[in-house]
Amino acid sequence: MEFSPQLLERAHYWMRFTRAFDDRLSALFKQGKLVGGLFSQIGHEAISVGAALALDDDDVIAPLHRDVGAYFVRGMTPARVMSQYLGRETGPSRGRDVNMHGCGDLSLNIVGFISHLPQTLPVAVGIAHAFKLKREPRVAMNFFGDGASSEGLVHEAMNWASVFRVPMIFIVENNRYAYSTPTARQMRVENIVDRAAGYGMPGVVVDGNDFFEVHETTVQVVEHARKGEGPVLIECKTMRMRGHAIHDNMSYVPKELLAEWEQRDPIARLELRLREMGLLDDAKQTELMARVVRDLDAAQAFAENAPFPDPAQLTQGIYAV
Amino acid sequence: MTWDSIIQRDAPAAPSRVTVSPDGTRELTYLEAIKDALQYEMRHDPRVLMMGEDVGVFGGAFKVTQGLFEEFGEDRVIDTPMSELCMVGAATGMAFMGLRPIVEMQFADFISTGFDSIVQYAATNHYRTGSPVPWVIRAPNGGGLRGGPFHSQNPEAWFVHAPGLKVVTPATPADARGLLLSAIRDPNPVIYFEYKSLYRSVRGFVPDGEAGLVPIGRANVARAGADLSIITYGAPLHEALKAADELASENVSVEVLDLRTVKPLDVDAIYATTRKTSKVLIVHEANLTGGVGAEVAALISQHAFEHLDAPLVRLAAPDIPPPYAPVLEDASRPNKQKILDAAKKLLSF
Repeated sequence: MEFSPQLLERAHYWMRFTRAFDDRLSALFKQGKLVGGLFSQIGHEAISVGAALALDDDDVIAPLHRDVGAYFVRGMTPARVMSQYLGRETGPSRGRDVNMHGCGDLSLNIVGFISHLPQTLPVAVGIAHAFKLKREPRVAMNFFGDGASSEGLVHEAMNWASVFRVPMIFIVENNRYAYSTPTARQMRVENIVDRAAGYGMPGVVVDGNDFFEVHETTVQVVEHARKGEGPVLIECKTMRMRGHAIHDNMSYVPKELLAEWEQRDPIARLELRLREMGLLDDAKQTELMARVVRDLDAAQAFAENAPFPDPAQLTQGIYAV
Repeated sequence: MTWDSIIQRDAPAAPSRVTVSPDGTRELTYLEAIKDALQYEMRHDPRVLMMGEDVGVFGGAFKVTQGLFEEFGEDRVIDTPMSELCMVGAATGMAFMGLRPIVEMQFADFISTGFDSIVQYAATNHYRTGSPVPWVIRAPNGGGLRGGPFHSQNPEAWFVHAPGLKVVTPATPADARGLLLSAIRDPNPVIYFEYKSLYRSVRGFVPDGEAGLVPIGRANVARAGADLSIITYGAPLHEALKAADELASENVSVEVLDLRTVKPLDVDAIYATTRKTSKVLIVHEANLTGGVGAEVAALISQHAFEHLDAPLVRLAAPDIPPPYAPVLEDASRPNKQKILDAAKKLLSF
């Protein structure tokens, strides 16, 4: 597969931006400016950006809290996401939902998730089912984790998607820990993708820290689903590089494991490849990083100056009218 | 033994003949009225589709959807795997994409297997994100068919407590049709509880076409009276009306208020009947504690206390799973005699 310089530049920017966004939120948390929890996505940039870039604008994506890059790629502005974190009226949930939860916007074809993982899975399956019923050449892509893979709803959703052969891409991000629980306590199989066979659907494992592999695979799978050949499961192997949320020092994760995965950092690997391809040098890197900081500052300024929701509207909007 | 055979045994078969009155209304059974609404809406709105277990080729466990698969095809009357949780979530996704799905729970009891998708995702979605979730869940509710603990439940109170849902409980053929049309057209998730015991036992004149839409959230004075109010909904409405008939022969004038919607409640109608009679008996088939009756009683106590001449009385099933043996099931459900006893006691206060 050919990767155009434009695509790679876009991927590079959003992966870098997502990481910087993550770091900025941690700083805001330490300054006491963030209310509620904060989930780091560090180490997941290749998955969220690589997979989201495989979709067309009309396709629907249902990402998770560690897929912040996917929201950005799909057009959710950093100013809105920052507003959501700060509980402002200008966030996608207008201060009703917390951090990345409920951060969807159907006008951007983004479906928000809720804490009850994997509750967006059947929703995305229903969306894909609607595409099939309406004979629209669109696909739906949903993310879930190794922890959620133990929930019964994963079985129901994958089975349903396969029975009706809907255009659906399941992406399971196996980052080895669900809060403090290692995958060995979630399952007896080495690869979650082994379960795809049980639903009569293809499954493929990718290195979730390799942008090129994630993107190429998702492009192929999206094409497969769009042609009407049914759902596919992609397992992205990665590592959660921070605690479950910012309060968690993850003392339960062996230091050697983290050190090992530090060597596979998805952004460092992307940048090395870009330099090898002659697409990146020090000057370009400096320019990109300056752009990231400038855009991030603008998003933060927007959110910090945005109004909080009006308590007088507390009970409004419980029903659509 | 199949559920079909139980239904055939316990309820008389639906008549094939449809009586049309001079004003254009038709006499239908409760079941025929539900099917009429489904068929009417599917003919007029291509976005409407149905899904559920055995609803298509087989026509549904109770035959409510019989013939619809043949008329509308497999894309609009969808036989699904046994996956209520996924079914409701999929309905939400379809609703997001502009469709109007109607999910059939084979029995209301099984709705608990779809609980998260209903109360966590769909019910909260509009408040959290501003996106409407226009779906309907049809849930065959209640006892009387000797179905035992897992085919006789009345779980409406669970959903009354969950912010963001609407919950309707029609008791007559006209309301069954009128409320189902309103539920399908409503932009919110609506749970439509239909009463198995009424499917073939109740007949009534039902308007046709666009006539007879029943707004969600509006109660109905099923019988006007002055001495005592019975506030009820669902299957016990018919027992309440029989009790009111009998009390009329003893010169007691009973008002029967059929709530029709249990969320949002028609509080004005509840206060109006309280002001009118000053004595209120609340009757429902679901068990007592934390039920809809508790909410109705609390509202009256808080907002119409000065109009009461007697304590509020609730008549409901005891706090037990619905039992199987006919003598036990009959002892657990509100009926005409229990309503009469409670009414007379209240009248003598």
